[in-house]
Amino acid sequence: MENKITIDQVRHIASLARLELANEEEKRIARQLASILEYVEKLNELDTSNVKPMHHAVERTNIFREDVLKQSLEREKVLANAPETDGVFFIVPRVL
Amino acid sequence: MVAKLGIKELRKGLLKGEFTVREIVESYFERIERLNPRINAFITVSRDMAIEQALKFDENPHSIREKPLGGVPIAIKDCLCTQGIKTTCGSKILQNFVPPYDATCVKRLKEAGAIIVGKTNMDEFAMGSSTEHSAFGPTRNPWDIERVPGGSSGGSAAAVASGMVPVALGTDTGGSIRQPASFCGIVGLKPTYGRVSRYGLVAFASSLDQVGPMGKRVDDVAMLLQIIAGRDDFDATSVSIAVDKYCDNLNDRINDMVIGIPKEYFSHKIDPEIQQAIEEAIGIFESIGVKTVQVSLPHTDYGVAAYYIIAPAEASSNLERYDGVKYGLRSNPDKADLTEMYLKTRAEGFGPEVKRRIMLGTYVLSAGYYEAYYKKASQVRALIKQDFDLAFKKCDALITPVTPSPPFKIGEKVDDPLEMYLNDIFTLPASLAGVPGISIPYKLNSSGIPVGFQLIGPHFQESTLLKLAKAFHREIEYNPEIPEL
Repeated sequence: MENKITIDQVRHIASLARLELANEEEKRIARQLASILEYVEKLNELDTSNVKPMHHAVERTNIFREDVLKQSLEREKVLANAPETDGVFFIVPRVL
Repeated sequence: MVAKLGIKELRKGLLKGEFTVREIVESYFERIERLNPRINAFITVSRDMAIEQALKFDENPHSIREKPLGGVPIAIKDCLCTQGIKTTCGSKILQNFVPPYDATCVKRLKEAGAIIVGKTNMDEFAMGSSTEHSAFGPTRNPWDIERVPGGSSGGSAAAVASGMVPVALGTDTGGSIRQPASFCGIVGLKPTYGRVSRYGLVAFASSLDQVGPMGKRVDDVAMLLQIIAGRDDFDATSVSIAVDKYCDNLNDRINDMVIGIPKEYFSHKIDPEIQQAIEEAIGIFESIGVKTVQVSLPHTDYGVAAYYIIAPAEASSNLERYDGVKYGLRSNPDKADLTEMYLKTRAEGFGPEVKRRIMLGTYVLSAGYYEAYYKKASQVRALIKQDFDLAFKKCDALITPVTPSPPFKIGEKVDDPLEMYLNDIFTLPASLAGVPGISIPYKLNSSGIPVGFQLIGPHFQESTLLKLAKAFHREIEYNPEIPEL
């Protein structure tokens, strides 16, 4: 696996993550990602071809509850932390 | 002098009427006012609410007796939601967020009578091992203010260690309770994944995050765990397995227990004083009838690599929610469109470590890389868990160092992320396997810095860890010191 991270790759990942990075941040992150990814190469020393991946520390299957109406937060409280609201909706900048 | 008090002494004094709840709460606030400017353990102090609660207890003293933690001041890590008290997560992006509800663990503590005195400093979104990655400045180690208190629960650890509060809650994703507890010389327990509800805990890596207690004494930690543990309908990953009677069992006999010494945890370059302290601790356990056995956890060395794929991957997904719409910072200086607003908000709101981990996580999950990184790391995670399963067939708990070295200087590792990550080598495996771990303070090293060790137990065996920790402290007649400040 090639671990040199190019500035173009950094920009692509940043756009996927919706992060705007300054030029010097791009360079620094390219360098740091490359060094971290080089370190994690270590995992390839292990043969895991027959190992089932583990995603949960304690195995759980679906947890169900009764589908009944319960008290939830009032709208006013939910909107209280919003940067912009008209009291009914969250307001966002134009989308298109 | 409130600084040294534990929950038991505090409650005894309150019930005997030696002091009022208000007096107790005020004297902790006096210490906070005096010490916090130097230590920076608190981001927010909730004085008015605390005094109001204290007065209610004093007007109605029998309510102190009725509640298990009636009148006990507590600090809460700032990634746990507290209704009406700002919850920043150490981030500029949440600097004005006031949650409309309490985290389940916070709610349970309040119902038990605990009084929240404030919210503690932390690495932004709990991503860090030093509390240097906080948007509100670093916390300092009360034993040496040039050094880090550890992280990410560094504020909670420093507040307890310096006697600004008797007990605190922290959270642990890869060592964030155990490592700062060790650096500050207090007891810190990371429960089994699923033992404590994560509802109201701001998510970092959801398959690893766990809330846990921190205090100067094992008894204090057991008491807090008793209150916060147990199934919660609001967290589907919290389990309904019965909660042990941690406090009642604390003094049970331990001389039929076996402690495993995992050779991989001692094959690294470890600070000689830490190594020696653990050898002494093993001797002390043997002297009180605990047997020891050599064990092997062959995949230990792969923990850092697996964790630093899995945790950033989960984080990159969890942190998508900070979009400047529902809560938190919005930055849109040019009144641009929605996408531009997202980019600016996240650029301005997140600090360097959070950006780094979002980038790393997005990279390892991006098209073409998933199998090589995330899947591979999840397979190695299974091998690490299997190591623990096999080891616990031979012993009840494992004894290990918490970190390879004592607390480092502020600024020493902040520009070298990989170096910082490697400091977590002994705490990450337990997090990946979901097993509980406790950090136990033992003594001060030759520079006056606390040294201790970690015990790791099987799933849901917090009781075993607490009993062993208590027996150890009883044997050495442990009496927690408060640093001169």
